[in-house]
Amino acid sequence: MAAGQVLQQTIARTQNELLAEWLQTQAADGAARPDLMKERELRDQCKEFLALIQEAASTHGLDNVSGSGWATVREFLNGISRTRAVQGFSPAETATFVFSLKKPLFTRLRSEISDAQALADELWAASTLIDKLGLYTTEVYQRTREEVISRQQQELLELSTPVVNLWKDILALPLIGTLDSARTQVVMESLLNKIVETGAAIAIIDITGVPTVDTLVAQHLLKTVAAARLMGADCIISGIRPQIAQTIVHLGVDLSSVSTKATLADAFLVALKRTQSTLPKS
Amino acid sequence: MDRIPILKMGSFLLVTIQVDMHDQLALQLQDDLTARIVAAKARGVLIDISSLEIVDSFIGRMISNIAAMARVLDAETVVVGMQPAVAITLVELGLSLEGVRTALNVDKGMALLHRSLDDQGAEQ
Amino acid sequence: MTASVSISVASRAVLPIRTQEDIVRVRQATRENAVAHGFSLVDQTKLVTAASELARNTLDYGNGGDVEIVRLIDGARKGLRLTFSDQGPGIEDLEKALTDGYSTGGGLGLGLSGARRLSNEFTVDSAPGKGTRVMIARWR
Repeated sequence: MAAGQVLQQTIARTQNELLAEWLQTQAADGAARPDLMKERELRDQCKEFLALIQEAASTHGLDNVSGSGWATVREFLNGISRTRAVQGFSPAETATFVFSLKKPLFTRLRSEISDAQALADELWAASTLIDKLGLYTTEVYQRTREEVISRQQQELLELSTPVVNLWKDILALPLIGTLDSARTQVVMESLLNKIVETGAAIAIIDITGVPTVDTLVAQHLLKTVAAARLMGADCIISGIRPQIAQTIVHLGVDLSSVSTKATLADAFLVALKRTQSTLPKS
Repeated sequence: MDRIPILKMGSFLLVTIQVDMHDQLALQLQDDLTARIVAAKARGVLIDISSLEIVDSFIGRMISNIAAMARVLDAETVVVGMQPAVAITLVELGLSLEGVRTALNVDKGMALLHRSLDDQGAEQ
Repeated sequence: MTASVSISVASRAVLPIRTQEDIVRVRQATRENAVAHGFSLVDQTKLVTAASELARNTLDYGNGGDVEIVRLIDGARKGLRLTFSDQGPGIEDLEKALTDGYSTGGGLGLGLSGARRLSNEFTVDSAPGKGTRVMIARWR
């Protein structure tokens, strides 16, 4: 009888003990993570995995795990691996879902197969199968982790450089905290990309939340304004406190080419007037 | 040698620069544009640089020259579609493109030209 | 500039600058090297723009020459260094060319000071009769 058939029949006959032992092994290895996943859900996943393996093993054999016959199994592993990666399971915990099936499965095979050679062959085939599936699971997990990390990095960057689409054609960039060179560059690029994305005509850069403005910061602000202008958008700088105004004058920074307003609200009103007056005439 | 195509759109001319120009091509464009402005009695020139990944001092001067020549011929120039990385680099370079108006894209550039012509008409 | 023992050369290429098409090729090669070495889009743009300026100087004022493009690795830092060389007439008043970049109206000064503004490192060696060598580098 083909290895696939033997496997399928063994699983079918010993389903309950197999499942129980498999769940036990996962819990013992610390991979069950009841804090992240309810026992009921884990049990359902295990049952489904066993069902899918049975189907694939009996219909398509154990040889071509990467072929179309095992696609449903891979899809399933894809799904649970991705979910675990996002939920915060470790790589080892995720891989254990598959690998911990080995011991209970081998125990069942030993009890079902009496011929030594047949048992050896079946153990080898089952072991190879689980290894391949386990490796696949690890790869998917890895890829997902990388996607999550890069998305988190992106979100972190965006959180610290929030460009808000205030109104049609009007963007607001409320700057908070200290502006160092690196951060200012990120902020600049963020704003300019947002201008392209939204087609905004005016960007309000609010510095109410910036405690100190030194020459470098002032220069960066001016460069941002100049770059936006080269792209066809105007900037208004709002939130210049009296102390900052004094510092700017004292430093000799020339803000004469830039529109400034005391508050973001004032700037918004000005921006509204400007953008509404530029409705295309028919 | 290829030339950069110049399209007539009403009383405006549209130039879309898509290739990495060598200097000769840039000079050729200046000549061609000047001739076309006169021939078409164009009132505005739109230079679309949305495909340009690099604008160095030579191209910058080309744009300024075009704007200056166009003005002499009573036409306005608007540069549209500058990419963010290019804008940042130009500012760093210290090139200000004085006397050149800018817009985000061709549509807004056209609207800008129309408004400007309307304003001029109102003055007369 | 003293060379650090720990800086290694990951790749090196030399391109001729004898025609206008060569300037285009230098831009493209700079872009490819910058991308391969992992520079951000803005940094790539600054590198290619600086290369364009210096390549043009080499052709227009240096009577042609070449550029050496080197990818460097210094521990965790990666750098791209470009060295433009020519056997042309050399720059008479280097200081003037550098500080007076724009007011002289000449492309040479503009290109030199522009390239310097766009780079992390910049050195220029030039004297009448001795040709010109300009080195720029950007690190990430």
